[in-house]
Amino acid sequence: MLYIVYLIIYGFILTAGLGLIASWIDRKITARIQYRKGPPLLQPLIDIIKLLGKETLIPKGASKTMFILAPVIGFGSVVTVSTLLWANNNNLFSSFLGDIIVVLYLLAIPSLSIMIGGFASGNPLARVGSSREMKLLLGYELPFVLAILVPIIKSGFSLKLAEIIGFQAQNGAVAGYASGILALIVCIFCMQAKLGLVPFDIPEAETEIISGPMVEYSGTGLAIFRLMKNMLLFTLPFFLIVLFLGGLKFNGISILYSVLKYIVLLLIITVIRNTNPRLRIDQAMRFFWGPATVVAVVAVILAVLGK
Amino acid sequence: MPKSVIPIGPYHPLQEEPEFFTLTVDGETVVDIDVQVGYNHRGIEKLSERRTFDQSTFVIERICGICSTSHPFAYTRAVEDIIPVEVPERAKYIRTIIAEGERIHSHLLWLGLAGHFLGYNTLYMWVWKLREEILDVMEILSGNRNNYAMFKPGGVRRDIKSEDIPLVIKKIDSIVPTLDRLKKAILDDPVLHARLKGIGILTREDAIDYGALGPTSRASGVAKDVRKDAPYGAYDKVEWDMIVTETGDVFEKVIVRVLEVYESIKIMKTCLLNLPEGEIDLNIKDIPPGEGIGSAEAPRGETFHYVRSDGTNRPARHKVRAPTFMNLPTFKVTVIGETISDATIILAAIDPCYCCTERMAVRNTKGKKIYHGQDLIRLSQEKTEHIKRKMGIK
Repeated sequence: MLYIVYLIIYGFILTAGLGLIASWIDRKITARIQYRKGPPLLQPLIDIIKLLGKETLIPKGASKTMFILAPVIGFGSVVTVSTLLWANNNNLFSSFLGDIIVVLYLLAIPSLSIMIGGFASGNPLARVGSSREMKLLLGYELPFVLAILVPIIKSGFSLKLAEIIGFQAQNGAVAGYASGILALIVCIFCMQAKLGLVPFDIPEAETEIISGPMVEYSGTGLAIFRLMKNMLLFTLPFFLIVLFLGGLKFNGISILYSVLKYIVLLLIITVIRNTNPRLRIDQAMRFFWGPATVVAVVAVILAVLGK
Repeated sequence: MPKSVIPIGPYHPLQEEPEFFTLTVDGETVVDIDVQVGYNHRGIEKLSERRTFDQSTFVIERICGICSTSHPFAYTRAVEDIIPVEVPERAKYIRTIIAEGERIHSHLLWLGLAGHFLGYNTLYMWVWKLREEILDVMEILSGNRNNYAMFKPGGVRRDIKSEDIPLVIKKIDSIVPTLDRLKKAILDDPVLHARLKGIGILTREDAIDYGALGPTSRASGVAKDVRKDAPYGAYDKVEWDMIVTETGDVFEKVIVRVLEVYESIKIMKTCLLNLPEGEIDLNIKDIPPGEGIGSAEAPRGETFHYVRSDGTNRPARHKVRAPTFMNLPTFKVTVIGETISDATIILAAIDPCYCCTERMAVRNTKGKKIYHGQDLIRLSQEKTEHIKRKMGIK
């Protein structure tokens, strides 16, 4: 019963609220960079409530079950990841061995759900978008996993998130080491791709394939996908903070420090997305398998050497 | 992998115009393209025949919202060619100033949109902010931000006040530093280089074969510009350079347009500073029977107008050829073989203006039946009846 409560309160309500605020900050900063006014604070929430009230259309020739299930699967995995992260961060209940691997798997599921939804809709544009999503997933997973090896090696080959946080509490953040900062940089790029933001918004390229896999979604399905993306905008930086920056603490003055960590990561995401054009899928793959993987491997070697 | 069809249009966020491209793709690679226009035929030529020569200018101006001066420019030149007359010097200068102002705003508009097509919305907004300045200049000069209504057969409709000139020059100068920064940001951005270099190459031979016009041809090394080849207005009286580059890829098209903005600023300033005194209008009363042609270099290429007069106060026939009509077929050589991602920016690289190109096209793939005006009206009525029946409306 306790788990359910944590799932709802931390995994869903808190993460969704923070995610919506993050989405607002991102939109507002983007607007200010572009000399626009930007949306009011509640706009992301209003968007989702509005979408929930709209009719859900299922295209002819779509695989109905998968089309409806896809957003739910993606959303469920994000809620689970958030719960796990919050649990480890706050020491709410004892975690289990290998939870970092579970988190890694669960973080791949939102991309998979988008892909499944796209293929299930039967739209040619969605199909192109889904195949791009698949390529991108293959591209960024390799450097992402390599980079995540660094905090694992640093904390003495621990596969428990709680132990990684504990290690950082005693020895300082992983990002304080040369290997840690390299791995964090690689992870930030992978995060950008996971979030589907410029320059890696290739699967959803609005001006090319009209938001790709999402093209047939309307109403509730789209609302769930939107909420999932907004939650990821909080969860992914949170994951990196847990791994590299010592987690979020909420006692006394460290609240400010925690907020600062998150806001800096969010700012980096926003700045990258506003100062770059979209890459082509082959260029993105070349980037992830080329420089990103090389840097990640260097980081792993440095970590093994104790740097 | 089986081939599939990716539709771009008739409604697509790429370009907010009624165009329809059928891309046949193999995976991500485009193997064939079919272009269809004709969704928004407005019958401007026919409308023009039902207006007087003076009124037609306003209709013609509305062919295109962006190059709204090049069409009246070509049209008035065609009407003046019928008589034939030379417009006063001052009118020529004013026409040149307006045409160049339009070129600046049009190129900036395209630059912003190109950024948007690449997902670079910051560039889009920044360039469009810069464009506001030039729209202000046009408002000072003509009273309108767009559709300036400055032209009439025989001259211009409105004079430029001498007290406005210093303010206008100051405003034009004020955009140069920002433009320099943007130029640097665009030409030095490695990601933009990666996206734009070497894609959508239109070779010099293809540019000549397809009769490409304007920046599209100049980027491919074809030095073609009506302003130099057959100078009109005040273009032969001011110093300016034609921008020509070699390879013809999308990046070169960006460069040509960015550098042309500088040339336009130069022309505009020189004309404003050397504006001759005198009349601005010939007050033409009657147009004799005859034919005339007129052309003008629009921001997208040469705009060509043909007008025939039968001695009445209305054109008996008016034919318009917008530059996109010539640039459109080049997609066959530029898009095929590229990926879908690149196809969109290549389609945008000619700075297309489909609404201006719209013309009646009757497609009949079964048999050889040819439809005439009455048949089309009957078909449209039958269709309406059919839709009514389907919806259950009596």
